Amino acid sequence: MITIKNLHASIDGKEILKGLNLEVPAGQVHAIMGPNGAGKSTLASVLAGREDYEVTEGSVDFDGADLLELSTEDRAREGMFLAFQYPVEIPGVSNVNFLRTALNEIREYRGQEAISAKDFMAMVREKSAIVELDPKLASRAVNEGFSGGEKKRNEIFQMAMLEPKLAILDETDSGLDIDALRIVANGVNKLRSEKNATIVITHYQRLLDYIIPDVVHVLYDGRIVKSGPKELALELEEKGYDWIKAEQEAK
Amino acid sequence: MAELMSEIQLDRTLSSFTKHLRQTEISLPAHLINASLNELSGKSFPTTRTEAWKYTRLTKISKLSPTLAAHHDGINSTPFAIHSTGNRVVIENGAVNLNTTRFETVSGLTIKRFSECSAEELQHVGGMLSLENELFNAMNTAYLQEGILVQIADKAQINSPIELIHLLTQMECSATIRLFIHVGKFAKAELTIGTWAAGAEKSILNAVTEIHVGEGAHFTLQKLQSEEEGNFQICTEEITQDKDSVFTMHTVTLNGTLVRNNVRVRVNGTNCETNLYGAYLLKGNQHTDNHTVIDHMMPHCLSNELYKGVIDEQATAVFNGKVFVRKDAQKINAFQSNGNVLMTDTAAVNSKPELEIYADDVKCSHGSTTGQLDEEAVFYLQSRGISERSARNLLVEAFIGEVLDKNDNQDFVAKTNAILNERFGWER
Repeated sequence: MITIKNLHASIDGKEILKGLNLEVPAGQVHAIMGPNGAGKSTLASVLAGREDYEVTEGSVDFDGADLLELSTEDRAREGMFLAFQYPVEIPGVSNVNFLRTALNEIREYRGQEAISAKDFMAMVREKSAIVELDPKLASRAVNEGFSGGEKKRNEIFQMAMLEPKLAILDETDSGLDIDALRIVANGVNKLRSEKNATIVITHYQRLLDYIIPDVVHVLYDGRIVKSGPKELALELEEKGYDWIKAEQEAK
Repeated sequence: MAELMSEIQLDRTLSSFTKHLRQTEISLPAHLINASLNELSGKSFPTTRTEAWKYTRLTKISKLSPTLAAHHDGINSTPFAIHSTGNRVVIENGAVNLNTTRFETVSGLTIKRFSECSAEELQHVGGMLSLENELFNAMNTAYLQEGILVQIADKAQINSPIELIHLLTQMECSATIRLFIHVGKFAKAELTIGTWAAGAEKSILNAVTEIHVGEGAHFTLQKLQSEEEGNFQICTEEITQDKDSVFTMHTVTLNGTLVRNNVRVRVNGTNCETNLYGAYLLKGNQHTDNHTVIDHMMPHCLSNELYKGVIDEQATAVFNGKVFVRKDAQKINAFQSNGNVLMTDTAAVNSKPELEIYADDVKCSHGSTTGQLDEEAVFYLQSRGISERSARNLLVEAFIGEVLDKNDNQDFVAKTNAILNERFGWER
């Protein structure tokens, strides 16, 4: 689904990603863990096309497309979705109006017809149930006045509506209580299929009890330095990152 | 000596501006005409050293020597009409065009041209208008071309639209118009004013509106300002509210090189409600200046004021909103807010909200915000597949929609949306 090769990216002249390699095939969930400042959120931002970051080297193949050549909106239209660590509040723009605009622009890009109002509302009802999102929130302004948990559920609701090929969840678990975490994770699990892939970026192993990853990667100092099965997450939880750091410095 | 020279030059500027204008033939109270002529004699246009004109330069206007239009061009005014039914008065270059004006008989409503009114009928005109140091008010009195008298009888409810169309169609011409509205006790009505220009350039509209909202009456004034760029308008609205009345005003400014709105509401009775809403969407080299005053003279009243602007390209805007709460006006709730979005580095706004409170038991707030569009929000929308252009449009519409949505008159909203679509490519 996505193949990242030797990715270098910097912000304000400071290099954050220093030759990152990652491959996530369709049908799999990969978790990316790592200490603060390792470059986890930078990776999410670069993949989504945030302009503050400059890619200086490397390539990203997204299901056959040269991702780095695409605008942010075209990445989304090609099937990429980023669940934001800090979802943005947009006063005055209703969730449904926003999603309908998004859905129709994506459909237009793919040469499909615009969705009818009736089908759209049916879809809103169906998908909001997946994350147990109060349908009333769907008609409110995007994220405005939402609690932390509601904002994260709204991210997964949007993901359900847009049906991406690749979803990147950037610290979606941070700040969630156990109930909200379970709801969000259930939503993600329901959307898993053989055709799509998920990258879960997290600081905590806890989320991975609910979203079982196929592979866990450790991101440290701008590179993937270790990859392993889901048990690696438990080891990181238990031992922290110091042993990884020591291992790297020894090299 | 140098100072003296420049003063003489400035004085010439005013006489050069007025040289083609004619002293009014309207039967206005003579003392007002005399006072205006006195006020104008030896005066020059205010400069940015005058507080009320600090951010609005009148240089472009002071260079004009506008003439009075000799005839109507017979331009079809229908495309400018906001309402398709009701009374419609078309004022072309300062004179009523009787060919395109449509008078309909509506019970409780009287519409009359000043030129057909007796001195007695016009005895209250100008009663609320200050002339001292108000150059444009003095000119509107001394050089008044025509006026419209609108009377709404006590307890009358006017459901059909009343619309005034100001249309400039000639080069460097002057239109000086007065509107005098009396809303009787417990009456209810709405009035729409559209200001337009077609084929005109360097033309100027000086429009003064006096409104008296009687006891228990409800009155709404909605203005759509969309003169072609290259033209100027100075609008003054003087409103007096009696007790238990509700006055609402919508000012939507979408075009015009220089637009100045002076709104003053004297809330002269208890238990009144006053709503002032303004939206300005500017681009090119447009300049819009909204000066408002809400003067709470009596207790137990509520006022809401919300002005919002989107300023693109090199356009500039001014908001100066003053709320007075006089000494005995206790239990006043007064809310004022001005918000601006600057779309470019060259767009600018000067916002000055002011509260002057002399009573001690009141609830008042005012605020002003100016900023760019939230780039994080633009990115968020793009990350969902929305193009950058649509993302920005969505955000701007949401921002300005808060004010536009205050108006529930469907004709007015539809016309506004049509122009927004034409000028900004929006689908609302």
